[in-house]
Amino acid sequence: MKKQALISAIAASAMIAVASFAIAQSASDVQTLRGADVDEPIGVEDVFHQDKQRFTRNYRQQPPLIPHTIEQYQIDLKANRCLSCHDWTTAGERNAPTLSMTHYMDRDGNQLDRVAGTRWFCNQCHVPQADAPALVDNTFKSSGN
Amino acid sequence: MTDNNSQEPRPGAIRRLFKWFRTPIGAVSLGFALVVSFVVGVVFWGGFHWAMEMTNTEKFCVSCHEMKDNVYAEYQGTVHQNNSSGVRATCPDCHVPKEWGPKVIRKIQASKELYGHFITGVIDTPEKFEDHRLYLASRVWTAMKETDSRECRNCHKFDYMDFTQQENRAAENHQKALDTGKTCIDCHQGIAHKLPEGYLDAYKKVSDDH
Repeated sequence: MKKQALISAIAASAMIAVASFAIAQSASDVQTLRGADVDEPIGVEDVFHQDKQRFTRNYRQQPPLIPHTIEQYQIDLKANRCLSCHDWTTAGERNAPTLSMTHYMDRDGNQLDRVAGTRWFCNQCHVPQADAPALVDNTFKSSGN
Repeated sequence: MTDNNSQEPRPGAIRRLFKWFRTPIGAVSLGFALVVSFVVGVVFWGGFHWAMEMTNTEKFCVSCHEMKDNVYAEYQGTVHQNNSSGVRATCPDCHVPKEWGPKVIRKIQASKELYGHFITGVIDTPEKFEDHRLYLASRVWTAMKETDSRECRNCHKFDYMDFTQQENRAAENHQKALDTGKTCIDCHQGIAHKLPEGYLDAYKKVSDDH
């Protein structure tokens, strides 16, 4: 008699446990570690070895900074590596910003099809962005702010 | 040349040599002949490969001043010569195919370079080299285009390239290149050597021809 009562108690508690587990299952959706349905593609987080976006200009005439490395880019009398993406003839297909049209104007104000000689050496004005401490103190106040 | 005249006591040297060559061996056993041929074969095949590999080293390439003073000098400091990990690609890694067949074909083609070096001296001064640079570069681009940049892909394979570890700009463009069937040289010209004037137009021409 005692043994029967013990067995029925165990069976009852087991049934309650299973039932409550089933209720818990149906009540809340299963949380995936992936955080999305299996048929839903998830993007990879962006990796930026340089600064994430183009900097805002600190003053109106500031040459925009270069948001990527230009190490070993050939810019000399013979060739200009920057123009293989940024020239107006290539910028569309390479999805790169085109040079300002002022860069196709020679010193006499003539519009040219090729970048003007006075604008040939990009890194005379444009420099890559770098997250580095300032070499000297600077009290410059941006006119934009 | 029918030569039935028995009065002639000695035929010509070539004929005698040919006759000696065709005479069966009487004095040695077949086994000996086989062993000797095997050993000689090993020596010759090994020697052939040794000689071919000797011509496949950077040291051999820069033994000509045309290479040493122009292309090798420019290659100094580029990413394939000087980088963080110290892995280096030397001249033949990019300019000589790794597979045996294409390699031998390239080596035979190189005989024309010997002709240029020893007979015509077509690029034997820096000025002459500079004049020919666009032509020379176009030839290499054409070869790369035809083989889908085979020599680049000896190391740089899309299959093992993790775009998620690349900078976004690079990853996007590599994905685009993969989707549109572009090859390495389509974007990466002049990575180890200086680019000549008008290189982009010249490359477009090479690209359009293929």
